[in-house]
Amino acid sequence: MTDSTQIFHDNPSDTARKARRVVSRTVIYALLLSWAVICLFPIFWTLTTAFKLAPDVMKGNLIPWVDFTPRWKGWASLGLSPDLIGEVSTVREEFLKRFWNSTIVAVSASALAVALGSLAAYGLSRFNYRFGFMRNSDISFFFLSQMILPPVVLALPFLVLYKSLALLDTRVGLILLYTLMVLPIVVWIMRDQFQGIPVELEEAALVDGLGIWGAFLQIVLPLALPGMVAAFILSLVLCWNEYFFAALLTSTDAKTLPVMVASQTGSQGINWWSMAALSSAAILPLIVVAIVLERYIIKGMAAGAVK
Amino acid sequence: MENEGDLLHTVTSDQISPARIRTGRLMTWGAAALFAALALLQALHEAGHIGAGFDSWRPVLYAYLLWATALCAAQVVTRGEKGKRSLFVLPAVLFVVSLVVFPLLFGLYISFTDWNLASQNGARPNGTANLVQMWNDAFYWNALKNMVYYVLAVSVEYVIAFGLALLLNAQIRARKFFRVVFLLPLMLSPVAVSWMIGKSMLEVRFGPIARAARELGWDSPSFFGSPEMARFMIMAMDAWTFIPFMMIMLLAGLQALPREVIEASKVDGASAWQAFREVIFPLMLPVSVTAVVIRIIFKLKLADIIINVTSGGPGGATDSVTSFIFREYRDRSNVGYGTLLAMVYLVLIILFVTALLKLVSRWMERPA
Repeated sequence: MTDSTQIFHDNPSDTARKARRVVSRTVIYALLLSWAVICLFPIFWTLTTAFKLAPDVMKGNLIPWVDFTPRWKGWASLGLSPDLIGEVSTVREEFLKRFWNSTIVAVSASALAVALGSLAAYGLSRFNYRFGFMRNSDISFFFLSQMILPPVVLALPFLVLYKSLALLDTRVGLILLYTLMVLPIVVWIMRDQFQGIPVELEEAALVDGLGIWGAFLQIVLPLALPGMVAAFILSLVLCWNEYFFAALLTSTDAKTLPVMVASQTGSQGINWWSMAALSSAAILPLIVVAIVLERYIIKGMAAGAVK
Repeated sequence: MENEGDLLHTVTSDQISPARIRTGRLMTWGAAALFAALALLQALHEAGHIGAGFDSWRPVLYAYLLWATALCAAQVVTRGEKGKRSLFVLPAVLFVVSLVVFPLLFGLYISFTDWNLASQNGARPNGTANLVQMWNDAFYWNALKNMVYYVLAVSVEYVIAFGLALLLNAQIRARKFFRVVFLLPLMLSPVAVSWMIGKSMLEVRFGPIARAARELGWDSPSFFGSPEMARFMIMAMDAWTFIPFMMIMLLAGLQALPREVIEASKVDGASAWQAFREVIFPLMLPVSVTAVVIRIIFKLKLADIIINVTSGGPGGATDSVTSFIFREYRDRSNVGYGTLLAMVYLVLIILFVTALLKLVSRWMERPA
């Protein structure tokens, strides 16, 4: 190496490196694209199947407008096709009821979990507690250890308890359980969030005459809002998709969307278009959430992973 | 001893009068007495000793809520500023304790009874009969064995997730697009996935994957016929939904790596593989361990896909413990026995996870 600044990049070693670079680029993009296909194909398949007719399904037509003409038959079975939207439809009523149940339960449970979890996480990150023999680290562990509790352990006792409390098949019952289910995750994310906020801010607020709750509500909470949104979205996803408890504890009134989807899968045979429409309707809200709020979801999951 | 004091110091100058403390105590104990009285009344009513009572235990629940509220309020009344501090944690603790500890104790009682919801007689303690039945229940042991396979599958998921995280961390265009697309499977409900993939794409006559398999020369594809194949398909579907979860955690770890160290390894002439093996992977170990442990914990709850795609078949080959107990309840209403199985599973999980964490922490502390 005599010359320090190289003007022409046409040495054999340079071209070899360039070739290697091109190859590695190609491999990276090929891998990325193939995994993207793996992720997207089932979704694409479900969305398109919702617009197919029986012959299209049997012939295995894939691409709309090229292989087959999209029809509204699948959506008509839910009462959601354009020509049926103005009319009264019992199927649509049923579907909307389930959809509404899922929404209410998921949103309230997530909100409750974020409220309870944020308070607990803030307290644990700022003060020292002693409940009997339990110190702060024990209390944190107590919250987080709920994560390993398998739902099946609680399911049967809750079934019996809810029966005697007349909470079986009610939304309130589900909301309580779902809150319990996502609370550890919320505590985990929020503890990380509050630890990142300097204590000096609250000290200044206390000097200025705010109480600890005032400082928390007016100073800390606005700063921790992105973390709370992340925790909320993550909880929302988990609650919206929950099946196990809903299948055991609800029957008619409070049945949620996943239970409805599951109850249809067995009986439909090759009636794929209506199942596809139902599945699409169940997954679309979260696909939209994922695309719009991706930043928060990733933030939530990354919390605690990196210290 | 830094941990002795609070991180956020507050100066308290509360002068709490004895009368105020009395009021606070009265609130707590009064509400507790009301709760106890209502519970007793309802218990006697259920047992048929007295006529007065409620249709359900719901009023007792309200009394419990009143007691919980009174307890929280009394904290502030009796302890002033200090009470306001405990108010941050108390609601969550009360919530979890009442929703976990009480049902767990109740479950422990149920698990030693012969309670069957289909039969008329309620719960009757039957000693160790359930344990004996469990010991001889080949299906339960089979389900436990399957759980071992399912947990082992996490290692493959980890490798794929790490690879994807590395890809996303490379200098690529449209990174946001790929990140959103890779995240999507995690958003889908397992029940929908069961239908989308398990019941339609893998359907042997018209499913696109079966079609592709025929094109490739597999004459009569069957994805849920043989035990191994069925188990593999369940693993694949579960992996499909959960790989994004590990991927995101690993990606966050990769992006937090100190850039200088990696550049230094490049300056020292390390090849890409050497840089990965000697620098990136060791630095990623803590994040990897967190991701894998959390993934295993989620894996131990695996049920939805199995319940909806194979219901445990063929011959219990795909059963997870949860799906097995689910059917034990659904098909046979066998609450007592099912709860015992769940309790045993809980004990096994606690032992397993504790051992895992111990092992991991010892392994992480070992000087490299």
